[in-house]
Amino acid sequence: MQSTAHDFKHNVGEALADANLQDSLAKLKVGFSERRRQAAERLPEFEALRDAARDIKNHALANLDFYLEEFERKVVALGGHVHWAPTAADARRIIADLCRSVGAKTVAKSKSMVSEEIALNEHLEALGIAPIETDLGEYIIQLRHEPPSHIIAPAVHLTKDQVADTFLEHHKALGFSKRLTERNDLVAEARHVLREKFLKADVGLTGANFLVAETGSSMLVTNEGNADLSNTMPRMHIVLASIEKVIPTLEDAAVLLRVLARSATGQESSSYTTLNTGPKRRDDLDGPSQYHVVILDNGRSSVLGTKMQDMLRCIRCGACMNHCPVYGAIGGHAYGWVYPGPIGAVLTPQLIGVEEAGNLPNASTFCGRCESVCPVRIPLPGLMRHWREREFEHHLTPRTVRQGLAIWGYAARRPRLYRRLTGFANRLLALFGRATGRYRALPLAGAWTRFRDFPAPPSGGTFHAQWARHGGARTRP
Amino acid sequence: MSSSPSVSQTRPRRVALFVTCLVDLFRPSVGFAAIKLLEDAGCAVEVPPLQVCCGQPAYNSGDRATTRAIAAQVIDAFEGFEAVVAPSGSCGGMLAHHYPGLFDDDPAMKARAEDLARRSHELVSFLVDVLGVNSVAARFDGAVTYHDSCSGLRELGVKQQPRRLLSSVKGLELKEMATPEVCCGFGGTFCVKYPEISNAMVGEKSADIARSGADTLLAGDLGCLMNMAGKLQRQGSPVRVRHVAEVLADMAGLAAVGEPETKR
Repeated sequence: MQSTAHDFKHNVGEALADANLQDSLAKLKVGFSERRRQAAERLPEFEALRDAARDIKNHALANLDFYLEEFERKVVALGGHVHWAPTAADARRIIADLCRSVGAKTVAKSKSMVSEEIALNEHLEALGIAPIETDLGEYIIQLRHEPPSHIIAPAVHLTKDQVADTFLEHHKALGFSKRLTERNDLVAEARHVLREKFLKADVGLTGANFLVAETGSSMLVTNEGNADLSNTMPRMHIVLASIEKVIPTLEDAAVLLRVLARSATGQESSSYTTLNTGPKRRDDLDGPSQYHVVILDNGRSSVLGTKMQDMLRCIRCGACMNHCPVYGAIGGHAYGWVYPGPIGAVLTPQLIGVEEAGNLPNASTFCGRCESVCPVRIPLPGLMRHWREREFEHHLTPRTVRQGLAIWGYAARRPRLYRRLTGFANRLLALFGRATGRYRALPLAGAWTRFRDFPAPPSGGTFHAQWARHGGARTRP
Repeated sequence: MSSSPSVSQTRPRRVALFVTCLVDLFRPSVGFAAIKLLEDAGCAVEVPPLQVCCGQPAYNSGDRATTRAIAAQVIDAFEGFEAVVAPSGSCGGMLAHHYPGLFDDDPAMKARAEDLARRSHELVSFLVDVLGVNSVAARFDGAVTYHDSCSGLRELGVKQQPRRLLSSVKGLELKEMATPEVCCGFGGTFCVKYPEISNAMVGEKSADIARSGADTLLAGDLGCLMNMAGKLQRQGSPVRVRHVAEVLADMAGLAAVGEPETKR
């Protein structure tokens, strides 16, 4: 996917002016966080489970080479294949070759953020292979030629009316000429259209929530069951997953599943949890005859053993974006690439470069709500700050910010000078603001006063001036 | 202020006030309110003269070297006090949680930073959790709503403490917002680096404040208060904005944030 992260400020302007988006975001902000809160409250051990989930992922990351090789051994023993993809281009090439090896014309895709990361659909289309998204949200945005705006709810930026218009436009040719207004009718129509496509697909491609080293299984959760059709109907099943998805055991998967759905949607578990363990065996009634797992690195391994490793614990529940007031204001597309919200602000600079995505870790108030709900306790604000430090070290911080900081820092390290400067500023602001108590406009503070008044200090001097004047005694103004 | 004398004998007496740069420059009354509350609770309060700022503007902009220099200055200035108290969860959190990590490569400074971190507190939680204060002798006739500033809430666990003390203020009625824990969009330099996003966030906050039906907004951090006051006043809202310490210290006779001073 082509990044527009460098154009973040422009994207923000468009997002804030988009009335449909703002309508959708208003619903998302209340819905997801309230359901997550209730789910967490219903489970007394939820906080302990978050600790356990964090520890499982930390252990897996500390021994990643071992568990990945173990996973590969198990998959091969089952008659499947593992393909290692150091880069996005490698993953695209491997998948395209696999598709061509069976003469595939269509690929039924269950939701996969990694496939967005490697821009798989565009690549397949260019080769004459039609990817068909089978997750309802992914299907909707595929019809609209849009990227997902949320990692678990890809079409969350759209209103029901927009979906109704999209379906009418694209399904008319299939004989659906009535504009639907009821949610259930829309789902039924999509189900009908998609069912035909499942039957025709030559290859099924899914992501994976977890790769279980102990059994060689890939594990997937959905609420629509589309993954199960994607991986059982076609002849070939390709799993596309990134390296950090591997975990040691099924027991570990059970712990992670318990925090995943609760954090994501507030469900106790997702409607469908599917384990794929190798290709169809001799006595199986159905299943793919070929089973391939493509494991992508794409820059992840370079953070192993560094302070940034914590970002690889992510289990893609979306709770951080559901609770982020910045995401809630601008939605996912403004972030400009595949992963939005707090985790996107941390991952994106790693995956496509901090020069391209430098705005993302800066566009946070560090309110900490993301960290407070993260099921694997990723210190998201700390990681964002780490990117800011990297930018500052490499002189990527905007010049005005650097200059302002340099002047302020110079004064802040010289308390006596600082007192004189603040004493002067205080008197000036108090004097000219006396009549109204605030400023509607203020030199050098345009970014503030464009939207807000600026409170003037009361007369009498700074705190330290008053304190010194009274000989360091308590005063009662 | 009532507090049990048995507690007071074992608790910190020599307390330093970390004024915060915003209180110093824009609202000195918050500093005096903090001193009154601490003195009423039996503390001897000092204001170390060489304090300036906690360093967050540099820290959150990625400038670690400047942050370290400022932190070292704060560590020096507040050496020897039993407790360091800030009328701000943001600055309190900086001292209590972030300073030690700045000196990972300097064990001697790290030890001093950790020592300061252990002694550092946000004002209202210090009163309640450390000093055991349960009530204040104050009167405020009005309906207030309380915004939970992010760092105080999530780094220092400031939530019930201000509400408990506010419930003892005569004449005061607390009307909660639907989402008092959602960020107001201030975020230090964030509000001027990304003014449009900040504006959207504070716009939502002001709508939530209006829906609460309160006539006064309180919080424990002046940055958030200036942001919310500025937005409310730009919108022509009648809601007045004050630091919680002013109400608890019975010093709410002063003009509210962003309001003109009346002749006294």
